[in-house]
Amino acid sequence: MALGSLTGDDEGATPDVPVGRLARLLRPFVGVAVPAFAAIAALIVGAVMLLTFGANPLVAYGELVTGAFGSADNLADTAVRAMPLALVGVGICIAFRTDVINIGGEGQIILGAIAATVTSMAFDDVPRVLLVPMVVVAGAIGGGFWGAIPGALKAYAGVNEILSTIMMNIVAAHLLSFLLQDLLIEPGAIKIQQTRRLSENADLPLLPGGTRLHIGVLIAILVAVLGYLLLFRSALGMRLRSVGHNPDASQYAGMAVKKSITQALAFSGACCGIAGAVLVFGSESHRLIGEGGAAAFTQNAGFNGIVAALFGALHPIFTVPASFLFGGMLTGGSDMQRATQVPAALVVSLNGVVVVFVVGSLRLRDRLRTWAGGIASYGGRA
Amino acid sequence: MSDFFTVSVLVATLASGIRLATPFLLASLGETIGQRSGVLNLGVEGVMLIGAYAAYITALRTGSVTAGVVAAMAAGAAMGVVYAFITVVMHATQGISGIGIFLFGLGFTDLLFRQQVGTPVPIDGLRGVDLGWLSELPVVGELLFGHSVLTYVAFALVPVVWFAMNRTTFGLNVRAVGETPEAADTLGVRVNVVRTQAIIIGNVMAGLAGGTLALDVGIFQQNLTSGQGFIAVALVYFGAWRSSGVMAGALLFGVVSSTVLQLKTLGVIVGASSTIAAMAPAILTIVVLVLVSRRIGAPSALTVPFERDN
Repeated sequence: MALGSLTGDDEGATPDVPVGRLARLLRPFVGVAVPAFAAIAALIVGAVMLLTFGANPLVAYGELVTGAFGSADNLADTAVRAMPLALVGVGICIAFRTDVINIGGEGQIILGAIAATVTSMAFDDVPRVLLVPMVVVAGAIGGGFWGAIPGALKAYAGVNEILSTIMMNIVAAHLLSFLLQDLLIEPGAIKIQQTRRLSENADLPLLPGGTRLHIGVLIAILVAVLGYLLLFRSALGMRLRSVGHNPDASQYAGMAVKKSITQALAFSGACCGIAGAVLVFGSESHRLIGEGGAAAFTQNAGFNGIVAALFGALHPIFTVPASFLFGGMLTGGSDMQRATQVPAALVVSLNGVVVVFVVGSLRLRDRLRTWAGGIASYGGRA
Repeated sequence: MSDFFTVSVLVATLASGIRLATPFLLASLGETIGQRSGVLNLGVEGVMLIGAYAAYITALRTGSVTAGVVAAMAAGAAMGVVYAFITVVMHATQGISGIGIFLFGLGFTDLLFRQQVGTPVPIDGLRGVDLGWLSELPVVGELLFGHSVLTYVAFALVPVVWFAMNRTTFGLNVRAVGETPEAADTLGVRVNVVRTQAIIIGNVMAGLAGGTLALDVGIFQQNLTSGQGFIAVALVYFGAWRSSGVMAGALLFGVVSSTVLQLKTLGVIVGASSTIAAMAPAILTIVVLVLVSRRIGAPSALTVPFERDN
């Protein structure tokens, strides 16, 4: 049953065996057990690392939390950092629910950013009320295109999408570097890999409150709601999830399996592409910058968004608070570094630990669920 | 362009292609063994980074390349134990847990490097062996007899892995648990033990591959492997799960990379277009995946965890 086992849905867990009162009381919490377990495990692993480096874990975590959520400005920074994670995360929900593993978020972000940048350059003088939606849509098209390629290759040529999306990331990173050294580079300036300051009409408007928080947060929430409606309240989403659960049965039922796989990766890429547009036009420099490598631009959101989506049980709505949490870890990481001298890269390694524990604790959850009176839904094929 | 087609340049390019193929070959051979047992390890990239850092820091502290090689393999073995626990015991979804291993390796090595080293210090890396009159032969000498020991080890492992997979009981068990674990189990093969062994061997080779890379360039930096581990996984598909096919793929990628570098050095491709040329290995991988997607030879139980029905 593929990645369905990652979702924490209670499908098929009918209480047809008599269960004890304690088990019945605990049953609704079984779905939360996986992320909770993963978070605690990651915190413990992090504490061990901090102790080895001679830092006090409590102080370090305290700094991390304060840096992430301690003031209005910090909260705004966290929200800004969380936007690309949430947008990528929603895309990951769509792909993973269709049993398509999209590791290509990085490349799709870059293509979205390039498409949005080119659009803003071509339509410099279009009024802001039109240009902002235009660059966002351009980002979606760019990312969607970059996702549709590995989607179609998987559907029609049987190419493993994990490997092809990773290769598409590498191609996109070189493409970004090429464009910023050549066609899109700021004219006349010193040879820094960046565009000129893009049209002010494309700047994402700041929200009131005097912080860095911009309209991107609303875009992310809107995309999450749309992602939810697409997956759970539309015939298309029903088809995608059905293909994700059992492609053979879906085929037999007359569903277009190959088309669904392509669509899933295209939608997934579109969400990542919007993240790319938000990263460019919500940045303080209002440029597309490739200096320091592609990962410096994407902030690794293509990978960290997977972490957020898994943590949100592959549900578009829950992915938003999960992203906020991980956005907080990333912003708080630098405060932790300042206070304890432990490099903020610790947070990246902890993200990896979270992924491993989320996908590693499914068996634990199924044991719990069986014990709490459901039928284990574990099928375990990826 | 004509500068490129001279004997000395072509020989140098091919020789450096063989050198660049070494990490690909080591990692892909290891991944082949793991996948033959039915376990996909997408975390090769992360394990390579950890192996690379282990080799670098050990060689830096002790001044011994040999110690660095041993450390890389030990780090790989440790990651193998972890990955076996995650996949064999906990039944984690293999494609995604590999991404977790990658992120962990990426962050953890960066963390250790910043904490323990800070500014990059070069180390005395691998040297080519001197094979006396063999190394002095024209053309052949430079092409084949001036490489480091690890390159010879990697290529020697190709027949060794073939033999182990096809002519030993261990190899038969590995293939059996990768094709039909239930049948193997019925015959008394301990499926999860064999898989654990295959995973650990594969990770030791991935760690060694990373170590080779770090000792070859004599430096460590964040994300040193820059996608080579992922390409190594793709090469297993390219080579259709056979050691000879994997070797062909590794050589192809090594030579493509060295050709791009050589053309850049000669000034045939200049400036921004060199980044276009740098896309070649990734695009080549996609093309190759399309061509081999018939999936001939893919182990039937690849990515399926085994649990005995009671």
